[in-house]
Amino acid sequence: MTEIVRIENLSKHFGDVVGVDQLSLSIRAGEFVTLLGPSGCGKSTLLRMIGGFEEPTQGRIRLDGQDVTHLPPNKRAVNMVFQDYALFPHMTVGRNVGYGLRVAGVPKAEIEARAREALTLVGLAEKYDARPHEMSGGQRQRVALARALVRQPKVLLLDEPLSALDANLREAMQVELRHLHQKVGLTFIMVTHDQNEALAMADRVLVMRDGRVVQDGTPEDLYDRPASPYVAGFVGTTNLFPSAVVDGRIDCFGQQLALPEGLAGRKNGLFGFRPEKARLLQPARKGGSNVISGSVEEVIYHGGAARIVVQLGQGSILVDLQNRKLNGRASLPGPGDILAVEIEPDAIMAFNAEAAE
Amino acid sequence: MSVFEQKPAGGIAPETDRADVAKRLGADAEAAVWYIGIGAILAFLYVPIGVLVAYSFNASRSLSWPMTGFTFDWYAKLAQNEQLIEATWNSLYVASFATALTLVIGVPAALALDQIDFPGKGVFRKLVLLPIALPGIITGISMLTMFRLFGFNLSLGTVIIGHATALLAVVVTQVYARLQRVPRSYAEASSDLGANGLQTLFLITLPNIRSAVIGAGLLSFTLSFDEIPVTFFLTGRDNTLPMYIWSTLRRGITPEINAVGALIVAASAILILISAVLLRDRSSAR
Repeated sequence: MTEIVRIENLSKHFGDVVGVDQLSLSIRAGEFVTLLGPSGCGKSTLLRMIGGFEEPTQGRIRLDGQDVTHLPPNKRAVNMVFQDYALFPHMTVGRNVGYGLRVAGVPKAEIEARAREALTLVGLAEKYDARPHEMSGGQRQRVALARALVRQPKVLLLDEPLSALDANLREAMQVELRHLHQKVGLTFIMVTHDQNEALAMADRVLVMRDGRVVQDGTPEDLYDRPASPYVAGFVGTTNLFPSAVVDGRIDCFGQQLALPEGLAGRKNGLFGFRPEKARLLQPARKGGSNVISGSVEEVIYHGGAARIVVQLGQGSILVDLQNRKLNGRASLPGPGDILAVEIEPDAIMAFNAEAAE
Repeated sequence: MSVFEQKPAGGIAPETDRADVAKRLGADAEAAVWYIGIGAILAFLYVPIGVLVAYSFNASRSLSWPMTGFTFDWYAKLAQNEQLIEATWNSLYVASFATALTLVIGVPAALALDQIDFPGKGVFRKLVLLPIALPGIITGISMLTMFRLFGFNLSLGTVIIGHATALLAVVVTQVYARLQRVPRSYAEASSDLGANGLQTLFLITLPNIRSAVIGAGLLSFTLSFDEIPVTFFLTGRDNTLPMYIWSTLRRGITPEINAVGALIVAASAILILISAVLLRDRSSAR
């Protein structure tokens, strides 16, 4: 696939504060890329620079081969869906959607036809004459999408597009946005601080920290092979513990775990495993190669899953039980119960000591 | 079952009734106090205007109670008072042009304050807003000195300039306050969708501050219409309505003055209605 966005050595400083730090990046046409990170990591600044709302301190932005670094937003073939949607309150939905065509001098009849087409695309054909304030949050979101898509941009930028919606609607819109992406085949760049959203929607996730990209990969890469403890902690939850390696075994808060073969040569460092990779041991079974046990400190019940805090003496780990896979137990364990869990060697992740910071 | 037999069974009922009554009386008393208070405030505001309007229809020339009869005579006399009619036209002329001038200067000033970063912006803002705290008499004297210095002849034109200067702060304050409440993302979205600066200004920014501009304009018009101190210093031989009324008052309050007052009240009411209609679609869109 062809490259549509190329960012070279891009920086943005706000006084002494570094928003984006010498970042380089290439995005292929048709990708759904998510910029993921906590607030202040520079993800919104990066998006706003691509949109033309912030002037970079240094570096270049190329859009489809053209250098757009210093072009104003109205001269770039990208469109943005704003966090607050920014629908114009004094215009009907139809005129909002048609605005980008109107200012470009497109004939009236064509504006209306294309605006109606865009509204149909997002399932709001009948709302052409409605006013933004008469609509629900989810509908406004879709109007904002239609308005941004009507100009057929090369790249669609989405700034935390779902953050203003409540939880149920957010999940529905995640699916809709993905379908829309498949339908229109455009490049989407979305900013979010919500890791679930990033994992659920994107083809490719860029995890950002302090103005830099700390990992660039598919959602599976990020979750299964986090490059650093930071990513492991930010994307999903990870039990992390420092350990020395002795005879291919590591020490998890005083209890021994075997390293998988692939990691046999590791030196001392940080190790970890995902809470859901720990499996509850049948009460009858005793011991086992990769079993750790401790007393239950707390049970956080989530319906489909339960998260259990297990105290191991020198520290505690989290264990997630999915779908009541209780392995022979009659009920969820309660505080004070002794619990043994088995961790498959393959589930163990290792990080270099220097990556631990 | 007789009425007497029922009594013991319902013995508690009268007690609670009494408590309820007391509570209700308490609530009524509280409500009454509120209504009296609200009534007093409204009376304070509107009784003088009511008196003025009532006496403009009073048959007697003297301001005495009881009124002696109903008449349109004073209005008829007004229509023949050329001085007064001319003063009214002068006032309308001054207020219209002063309002237009102050809007033409004030709206761009507010836009500049809101949207452009320039060195000394904070000082500029304070300096623009300062005249609002300046007594009209100071504005009047200083402008008079300046016009004299530059050899201007005093006329309604100088009055217009004086009013516009005094009103600028009103317009800038109102429009700037509204601009601050318009989300930045509107202009960004407009630019993102391909609009240039002028298109964004006329299609997005101005429509979103329309009601503030209209409100500031109406307020300016009213303030200019009844302005005396600045007018006093800057007018030549021409009289405005408030100046005329003031000068005739020296001969006592005449029913014609009451009639003029009543007409101004009516005109204000019409202006308020017009502005309410103009602003209606806007407020429902919010």
